[in-house]
Amino acid sequence: MARDLRPAPRATAAGFAAVRRGHGRRRTWAARLARSIAPAAAAAAVLLAFPLTPTAAERQLRVCSDPNNLPFSNRAGEGFENALAELIADELGAELSYTWWAQRRGFIRNTLDAGECDLVIGVPADYELVETTRPYYRSSYVFVYPAAEQLDLRSLGDPRLRKLRIGVHLTGDDGANPPPVHALGRLGIVDNVVGYMIYGDYRDPNPPARLIEAVANGEVDVATAWGPLAGWFAQRSDVPLEVQPIKDGAAFAPLPFEFSIAMGVRRGDTALRDEIEAVLESRRDDVVATLERYGVPLVEPRDGRAAEGAEPLRVAHDDVSEGQ
Amino acid sequence: MACNLLVLGLAGDEPMEEDNVFDPYRNELPRRGSVAIHSRRALSGTCTVLLTGSALLLSGSQAFSAEELIELSQDDSQWVMPAKNYASTRYSGLDRINTENVDALQVAWTFSVGTTGGQEAAPLIVGETLYVVSSFPNILYALDVTDGSLRWSYEPGPERAAQGVACCDVVNRGAAYYDGKIIYNTLDNHTVAVDAETGEEVWKSKLGDISVGETMTMAPLVVKGKVLVGNSGGEMGVRGWLTALDAETGEIAWRAYSTGPDEDVRIGEDFEPFYPADAEPDLGVTTWPPGRWQIGGGTVWGWISYDPELDLIYHGTANPGPWNHNQRLGDNKWTASIFARDPDDGMARWAYQWGPHDLFDYDGINEVLLLDLEIDGEERQVLVRPERNGYMYVLDRETGEVLSADPYEYITVTNGVDLETGRPIENRDKVPREGEITREICPAAPGAKDWQPSAYSPRTGLMYVPHQHLCMDMRVVETSYIAGTPFVGAEVQMYAGPGGYRGEFMAWDPVERRKAWVIRENFPVWSGTVATAGDVAFYGTMDRWFKAVDARSGDVLWQFRVDSGIIGQPVTYQGPDGRQYVAIMSGVGGWSGAVVSGDLDTDVPFGALGFVGAMQDLPEHTAAGGTLYVFALPEEAAASQTPRQGQQRTQPPAQQPQPPAQQSQPPAQQPQQPAQQPQQPPAQQQEQQGRQAAPDARPAAQQEAGDGA
Repeated sequence: MARDLRPAPRATAAGFAAVRRGHGRRRTWAARLARSIAPAAAAAAVLLAFPLTPTAAERQLRVCSDPNNLPFSNRAGEGFENALAELIADELGAELSYTWWAQRRGFIRNTLDAGECDLVIGVPADYELVETTRPYYRSSYVFVYPAAEQLDLRSLGDPRLRKLRIGVHLTGDDGANPPPVHALGRLGIVDNVVGYMIYGDYRDPNPPARLIEAVANGEVDVATAWGPLAGWFAQRSDVPLEVQPIKDGAAFAPLPFEFSIAMGVRRGDTALRDEIEAVLESRRDDVVATLERYGVPLVEPRDGRAAEGAEPLRVAHDDVSEGQ
Repeated sequence: MACNLLVLGLAGDEPMEEDNVFDPYRNELPRRGSVAIHSRRALSGTCTVLLTGSALLLSGSQAFSAEELIELSQDDSQWVMPAKNYASTRYSGLDRINTENVDALQVAWTFSVGTTGGQEAAPLIVGETLYVVSSFPNILYALDVTDGSLRWSYEPGPERAAQGVACCDVVNRGAAYYDGKIIYNTLDNHTVAVDAETGEEVWKSKLGDISVGETMTMAPLVVKGKVLVGNSGGEMGVRGWLTALDAETGEIAWRAYSTGPDEDVRIGEDFEPFYPADAEPDLGVTTWPPGRWQIGGGTVWGWISYDPELDLIYHGTANPGPWNHNQRLGDNKWTASIFARDPDDGMARWAYQWGPHDLFDYDGINEVLLLDLEIDGEERQVLVRPERNGYMYVLDRETGEVLSADPYEYITVTNGVDLETGRPIENRDKVPREGEITREICPAAPGAKDWQPSAYSPRTGLMYVPHQHLCMDMRVVETSYIAGTPFVGAEVQMYAGPGGYRGEFMAWDPVERRKAWVIRENFPVWSGTVATAGDVAFYGTMDRWFKAVDARSGDVLWQFRVDSGIIGQPVTYQGPDGRQYVAIMSGVGGWSGAVVSGDLDTDVPFGALGFVGAMQDLPEHTAAGGTLYVFALPEEAAASQTPRQGQQRTQPPAQQPQPPAQQSQPPAQQPQQPAQQPQQPPAQQQEQQGRQAAPDARPAAQQEAGDGA
């Protein structure tokens, strides 16, 4: 769906900021113009006509990021959030730099709010700690199991879940768990649930991935996991894994099983937020293509309540989405 | 400046290896602030030499015995362990500052520790030196007790990333003295021993790992040459433990887990719990769904006491976690429990679980006071514990029998404690159900009392208990986010309990089993307290008052406005000049004060696990800080001080331990000593009453922060 072009950012007394925004606005305008008049190929041509100006190097896009958490990000720049950060930096004509911090309690406080960096690539769309953009994708909690088992699991109400060994993530803070853990508890499915701390051991690469590895190596029969993590590691697993979104989440209302994901800036930094939103819109095909390349299961909002006015810019369908 | 040597070949694990491990969490953090962190390698040569020197020094001091430490703890001119003595009475026999002259108290000197995390440490006084540990990065300072001259400081250089692991501010609860060494824990799970004279590191042992969510914040207790320490981090899935280290070398002597098989919990032949149901084998496994105990919480980040006669140590264990309560069906032993253990090998003598299947994050690491009380006409050796759940537990400390459990706070989630079984009587209406809001859960998650330790005066027979007065509402669903993964948790909102105030400083009569008097405070009283033979009790408030109250009546006799809110532990000592001093750290923070020290957003009421909602107005009263205040009477007043009647204190001011006959001997004396009581407290019956006469005891009903969703 099309969005109205936002008004140009308000002028400000801060000269440097004005320069930064001015530059960003021009690039964004160019991209928008390209999208409005021509297909993507033409857009590239237009972009070429606006080479980086000498002031470009003065602008930095400072991203707060986890150095050890694929498929989201890592220090080597291999995650989809790294790719999206590069895309945005490119679009803003800015030099990309990172502040690395494990994405845990205190992440926002020690990075964004400490002024160390200005942009977080992925946060829930209703995350109160930051100023969020409109969401740019929506994913779901999923079942992951060995494809060879042909379990075709889609429902938490599936009676087989009373027997199968089910791996789940634990996130700490009493009572704060991924939705499937809450739901399994409510169903009285307890004895066959195996917990993996999402923090893992940070000395190992991508600690949350231990859960998916547990499926591949047979420690558990099935895992419930957040879609992007499952999608990426399933794609790369030696043992073929199948990923199926959990479809009967509504039975456990108000527990959400799908989340819209946005980018986040410091609260009050609406100027940068507006710039980022403009880029997400102008480059949405590239954004979606990036997510799909990483195997992120993308879903549509189910209803107005779930979306809470935070509609994704675009929803893509692939084999694992529900296609409702 | 001491070096950052890790004990070479002494510790049980291989601390040097950590430099080689790929660990971006540690290596990639932006460094802010100016604390220099030295390279271990660069200094290792020097350190080896120092270690050799220390080893020689140590070999000459083998005579230091358990008895010697007990004697030191009885010397009221000094303060060699945070709880003052093994009985944890935090009582000093000093009386030069007393109810008649305390109003003349003034600042003798101050010292900034240079950090702004919450300051919870008790200063130690050994000889003529005062030692204090700052919040992260846990700098140890040695200062002259009379004029505050800085003798040396020691920086352990903890991993910066530890700050991101600690749940509730980056506090440290203090050090312990043993045989020429100041011993304390660093946030990144090291126990360090520092030469008390020189500030040189004697040993440093790594006990846990921030990479799996562990931190350490508690103050060690040294018993019979063993340094007892425990971990924090239950909400990160950490499995709780208490560990004993050899005080001379830092080597691990034993470790007792709070969950798991009896062998891990150190339950063996000698284990005789009072309640027969607790005697079943492997309850640390069987009271959980399969395997849950492995990530079950029950950390040990609080207080330990010791009874030299029974030769038992006593400590609590924290709440279970991080599972939903419906994913950890069962009692979840031995979380939310009290253990009595043999200090030599850690073997449990008895255990009592006061909070089976905890629902509310009641993190029971509270202090244990060892008192000898006359109960029903019979002298009993008891332990008294103001518990998280709002009950004042009195247990026979030899057997673990619950003698009484009386409410001292407003409680809605239970209806008393069944003394037949020792189990609290649950109010089913307050069991949180998913998808529903559960209102008026009292006490709130921090409990009726958190870590802040109480005191007991054998002169008044009263306990002095700083605590909070908070309730909470819980409901799903709030979106949180860790490691790229959104999830949902209980939305917790805390607010002032009935009456609209959030804290109390209370005197409790453990024999009469009721409050003697109460001072209501606007904010939770998150500081410790000290009681003295001058019949004065001291405590601090989060809105920056340091107060002296009449220990018998609760009248506020003196108060002083410090620079930042107080959550520290006051201590008192006598200098070589013969003057009595009172020392306290200011520096607001901790779980309750994280809204200031952590600069949390007051617009996000669910921050700090819901505590922000109850503390949104704290920034209007205080900023972060970190200052040691030392108070004394003016010199002329001090010179004319006369010890009060009934006290014979003629010993020279410093250094020598007092004769053991003095009355802070652990376990504490009988409470009632009628001959020494100048007046009977008129306020005995003022249960649940605010102290209207006290200058700052206003009911604080005007505040309405976080009054529910």
